[in-house]
Amino acid sequence: MDYLLTEEQVMLRDLCRQITDEKIMPVAAHYDETEEFPWDIVKVMAESDIFGVYIDEKYGGMGGGLLELCIATEEFSRGCAGIALAFSATALGTDPILLFGSEEQKEKYLPSIASGKKLAAFAITEPAAGSDASAMQTTAKKDGDHYILNGTKHFITNGGEAEIYTVVAMTSKDRGARGASVFIVEKGTPGFTFGKKEDKLGIRGSATRELIFTDCRIPKENMIGKEGQGFLIAMRTFDMSRPGIGAQALGIAQGAFEAAVKYSKERKQFGKPISSFQGIQFMLADMATQIEAARALVYASARQIDAGAKSLTKDSAMAKMFASDVAMKVTTDAVQIFGGYGYMKEYPVEKYMRDAKITQIYEGTNQIQRNIIALNLIKEMSK
Amino acid sequence: MNIVVCIKQVPDTTQVRIDPVTNTLIREGVQSIINPFDMYAIEEAVRLKEKFNGKATVVTMGPPQADAALREAISMGCDEGVLVSDRAFAGSDTLATGYTLAMAIKKVGAVDIILCGKQASDGDTAQVGPGIATQLDIPQVTYVKKIEDIKDNHATVERMTEEGFEIVKTSLPCLLTVVKEINEPRIPSLKGRMKAKKAEIISWKAVDLDLEEEKLGLKGSPTWVSKIFTPPPRPKGQVFEGDCEDTTTKLVEAIKDRLVA
Repeated sequence: MDYLLTEEQVMLRDLCRQITDEKIMPVAAHYDETEEFPWDIVKVMAESDIFGVYIDEKYGGMGGGLLELCIATEEFSRGCAGIALAFSATALGTDPILLFGSEEQKEKYLPSIASGKKLAAFAITEPAAGSDASAMQTTAKKDGDHYILNGTKHFITNGGEAEIYTVVAMTSKDRGARGASVFIVEKGTPGFTFGKKEDKLGIRGSATRELIFTDCRIPKENMIGKEGQGFLIAMRTFDMSRPGIGAQALGIAQGAFEAAVKYSKERKQFGKPISSFQGIQFMLADMATQIEAARALVYASARQIDAGAKSLTKDSAMAKMFASDVAMKVTTDAVQIFGGYGYMKEYPVEKYMRDAKITQIYEGTNQIQRNIIALNLIKEMSK
Repeated sequence: MNIVVCIKQVPDTTQVRIDPVTNTLIREGVQSIINPFDMYAIEEAVRLKEKFNGKATVVTMGPPQADAALREAISMGCDEGVLVSDRAFAGSDTLATGYTLAMAIKKVGAVDIILCGKQASDGDTAQVGPGIATQLDIPQVTYVKKIEDIKDNHATVERMTEEGFEIVKTSLPCLLTVVKEINEPRIPSLKGRMKAKKAEIISWKAVDLDLEEEKLGLKGSPTWVSKIFTPPPRPKGQVFEGDCEDTTTKLVEAIKDRLVA
C-alpha cells in the first residue's frame, strides 16, 4: 500500500532497509544468542545520521518527526527488534527533553544524541511499580541547589549502555500523582550505579538493567519541566512513544511474514510448494492484511502527532495495542507455516515470535492500553 | 590532493542471465548498479580525500541513466560527478573507452591519483583502467589491495599477486585499480543522500572534449566479439582416498594417463 511518503521519507526507509539487510540481518542471531550489546550496529546507525531523524536541525538532527522515527524503527525491527531498541529506546529517553526540556537542556544533550555519540534511556518502572506507576518508591529530596536521588529502577532498556537517563522520582510522596518529577542523570554521576542485567525471552540484543541511586546528587538544572510535573511528562512521553512500539511490532511482524512467504514457496510437501495449499494461502492473506491495517494505524497516529494534534492519547494507545497484537498473531502463524522447522533456532521465525511478546507488555501492557482507550472513549462520549 | 575515480554502471550481476539463443545479456527488467569493484574505488577515494583533505571527482562514461551511479558515489562522499555521454561514444570497446575517459580526466584538471575498480562485472576485461593510464602516459598499478602511504609525490601500495603481494612505489600522478580486499564500502548516510539528490552533475559531450573523431565509438574500436556464451560448469574433480603412499601412487598414475592421452 502506498502511504504517500515524501521523497526524504522514502530515502530514509531505503537507507534503513539497506542497513537492516546488509548489517543487522547477518548478526541478529548472534546478538540474540550472546546478549551482547550491538555497538557495531549502533556505529553504523550513527554514521548514517539515523539517531537524529526526529530531532530538530538546530540541535544537529535531520528535522523529521515521529513518522520518521517510526519508519526507521519498523525497518530495523524487521531485521532484529533487540538491535532496533538501541535506537528506539534512545528516542524514548530523549522524548522528555524534546517535549519539556529547557533550551539549555536541549542544547546540552540533544546534539550528542542526534549524532549517535550517546544513547539515552527512560526510567520509570520499579519492582513494585509497573502498571501502577504511582506506587513508585524512588525519591528525590531537595537539598539546596541539588536533588538527592535514592531508590532502584528496574527493567530499564539501554540500562548500563546509555549515557543519558531521564528518571522519574517522587519529589513529594504525599502529593500523590502530583508528587513526581523527572531528572536528567548522566552515567558516571556519583551515587548512580547499575544492578542486575536481565536474561530475557526476546529482544536479547537489547540491554535491560537495574539502575541504583544511592544519595545521588543531581543539580536542580537537570530537572525537566517543573517539580510535580513528573507524571504529566511521563504520560506525554508515552503518548509520543507508543506509536514507536507499534512500529517496532510492525517491523517484527513484517520480518516474520517475509520469512514465511519465502519459506512457503520453497518448502515442498505432497510434491508441491506449500504456498499452493489453500490452508497456507489463507494464513498468508490474513497476515498480510493484519500487517497493513496495523501499518495504517501506526502511520496515521504518528502523522497526527507530527501535525500537532492535541488529543492523541487514545490513538497512540490504539496503534501500540493493535500493532503488537498483530505482531504476536503474525509471528505465531509464521512459526506455524514453518512447521517443525519454525520451532528450531536454526530458522529465524521463533526469534520473531519471542521478540513480539514484549511489545504487548512494555510501555503499558495491552490491558492498560485498553483501559486508556476506554477511559478516553467514555470521556469523549460524555461531552 | 585531487582524486579521480572512474566508475561504470552495470546490470546487477545477481540478476543477469544470458539468452541461450542469441548469446546476449537479457537486460530487460534488470536493475542497474555501480560495478561492485568500483564501490571499493569510490570508498578508497573518499578515504584518501578525508585523510589528505582533498577533492574526489567521480567520472563515468555511459548513457544518461548513469547519472544515478554518479549520485550514489556523491552520496558516499565524492565531491563532484562528471557524466561523459554522447551518441558518438556508442559501441566503444575498451580502447575507445580508455581514450575518451583519459581525455575527460585531462579536462577535470590536475590529478594526483586516479582510482578504478579492477574490472567491470559485465565485461570482465580489466582493460579500461590500464588503458586510461596508457593514454595519459602515467604509471599504473593494478590489483591494489592497500595504499600504504602517500608522501613526497609518491605512493606506496600493495599489489595482489597469485601467490601473495608485491609492494610497489610509484610517482604521482598514477592510476591504481583496486581489489575488494582494500576496504569495506560505507553505506551512504542520510545527509550524503540528500546532498547527492541536490548535486549538479557535470555533463560533457564529445564536443566538450578535445577528441580525435576516428578514436571514438565504433570507429575507434578494433575489438570484434565473435561469440558470447556461458562456459560449461567446471567438471567435478577426482578425489583419491587412502593413506599418503596410496593416494600419491594413484595421483601419479592419473597424471601419467593424462600425459599419455
